[in-house]
Amino acid sequence: MSTKSPEDGKADRARLVGAVTLTNLATQRSFLDGQSGVSVLDMSEVTQLDTAGAWAIASFQMAQKSKGREVAIDNATSAQVLLLQTVADAMPASRKRRRRLPHHEAGDMLFELGRSVSVFAVELGKTLGFLGLVLTRLATTILRPSRLRVTALAHHMQQAGLNAVPIVGLMGFLIGIVLAFQGASQLEQFGAEIYVVDLISISMLRELGILLTAIIVAGRSASAFTAAIGSMKMREEIDAMRVLGLDPIELLVIPRVLALLILLPILGFVANMAGLLGGALMAWIDLGISPAMFRTQLAVNTTVSHALVGLSKAPVFAMIIALVGCYQGLQVEGNTDSLGSRTSRSVVVAIFLVIVVDALASIFFSVWGV
Amino acid sequence: MDDAVITVRNLTNRFGKTTVHQNLDLDVRRGEVLGVVGASGSGKSVLLRSIVGLQKPATGTITVLGTEVLTDPPTRTEPDTRDPAAVQNRWGVMFQDGALFSSLTVRENVEAPMREKLAIDAATRAALADLRIAMVGLPATAGDLYPSELSGGMRKRAGLARALALDPQILFLDEPTAGLDPISASEFDNLVISLQKALGLTVFLVTHDLDTLHATCNRIAVLAQKKVLVTGTMAEMMQVDDPWVRSYFHGPRAHAAQLQEAT
Repeated sequence: MSTKSPEDGKADRARLVGAVTLTNLATQRSFLDGQSGVSVLDMSEVTQLDTAGAWAIASFQMAQKSKGREVAIDNATSAQVLLLQTVADAMPASRKRRRRLPHHEAGDMLFELGRSVSVFAVELGKTLGFLGLVLTRLATTILRPSRLRVTALAHHMQQAGLNAVPIVGLMGFLIGIVLAFQGASQLEQFGAEIYVVDLISISMLRELGILLTAIIVAGRSASAFTAAIGSMKMREEIDAMRVLGLDPIELLVIPRVLALLILLPILGFVANMAGLLGGALMAWIDLGISPAMFRTQLAVNTTVSHALVGLSKAPVFAMIIALVGCYQGLQVEGNTDSLGSRTSRSVVVAIFLVIVVDALASIFFSVWGV
Repeated sequence: MDDAVITVRNLTNRFGKTTVHQNLDLDVRRGEVLGVVGASGSGKSVLLRSIVGLQKPATGTITVLGTEVLTDPPTRTEPDTRDPAAVQNRWGVMFQDGALFSSLTVRENVEAPMREKLAIDAATRAALADLRIAMVGLPATAGDLYPSELSGGMRKRAGLARALALDPQILFLDEPTAGLDPISASEFDNLVISLQKALGLTVFLVTHDLDTLHATCNRIAVLAQKKVLVTGTMAEMMQVDDPWVRSYFHGPRAHAAQLQEAT
């Protein structure tokens, strides 16, 4: 589509033909690349020119100039001249490739390891600082209850607590059924079916009820806290609060922490009861242990202390979930990527910490002999 | 030069019970800079969003470059989006705050339309992106920055660079100078004029800035009473006998802009 016309005397001319635009940039560039040595570019047959085309011509001119040859433009319309001029003025100097530092794979791994350790240490320090900050604010709120945002507290109690009752109840019920079923098939071999009651009640009340509730709430609420606070951070709402003299910790974090502190034990209790119900139902169907027998066995062999041990962990889990969720939310930066990664991190960290603390508590209680 | 590239006929937009536009008619001619003005809430941005297919009007027809955008919505992803003749490849939209993709650098933002629509090699794409970044007056170092690291004015420029990435014929600008300091704002005006002249763009400009109107617009359309009340040049606007138009173009701020114009 492009031709070179040799008849123009001594001046070596090249003639661009047709549209010199983004869509056929490759063709026009390859034509220009073959024209080294020309001193005049004839534009008389160019039907269309856009910035990409002008860029191709300007970079051709620059390449020729670096070899000491000037390329003139001929027969261009005034609009084309203007466009070429605008583009030529804007032509960025060719970017320097960033030099990569010499590196070695083992060194890279060491570097990554060191970096993750230091990031972990810094995060840990910051989280502890945040814990301290929230505890101070919590103490202030308890000393001066008038500062408590009751509406926000009620809202979060409904969102994070009441609305979680169906899922937590169902989860407890199903776990009760699973325990009864699995326990029965093992204990039947020894004719010790009746001890399935102890198996269900102790494991449910001490460990599983509250642990699984905490995991569900971590998945539901830690992510919700991070996303809500994080998007407020992105839209500068947190900064707006600060300049208005409002404390974001008091306004956003304390109601969420309190809501979970109040409601996680209740949710744990719901899960416990649903678990016992599911276990009793399965024991009745599968092993023929009547509900009355189940109740008697439960009252004789399982003391209240089991339930108390389980529920005593609830406030700790609540604190972990709320703190991690709010802290990650406040760490969100100005872009959408960080909101997403912080939200997923808050769920992972909350669940991980809940399980670690549960394991530590198990050891503690068994050593202490409760 | 009088053929219309955008034709809006009988446009009616409603949000619930609020009617924003009622039987609105508007023509945008090839190669002109049309300034759309109106009180806050008079539906300037809604008009822009209707034309580019982001807002589905209750009734009306909108034709852009011969394509009926309401029956053939350009925002719907279609198999032929790579077609250079498709209308969405022939317009560029700059949103009020740039609307840059926050997880991409400025260069990647400008490359994004080219990457999706054109088969060109990475080096050329990066070079073209750098050219656009330079053309809108951003320093070369801005290409590697993320939108959250830019100032408001730089974000607007980067948004303009992305709008220009596919060499559009029509440029939609939503409040391009809002929130800029006077120097940056007048630089932005000059930028729009020079780009418009060099590229032969048709510019649809929504603005409140009287200086911008004076500096850039060939024609002005006033949105009031749910329709386009009047269109015409700045000189014609001065003669219009409508209380709102009068107070808009003869207010204290308008005088300052006129004085600036005279000097």
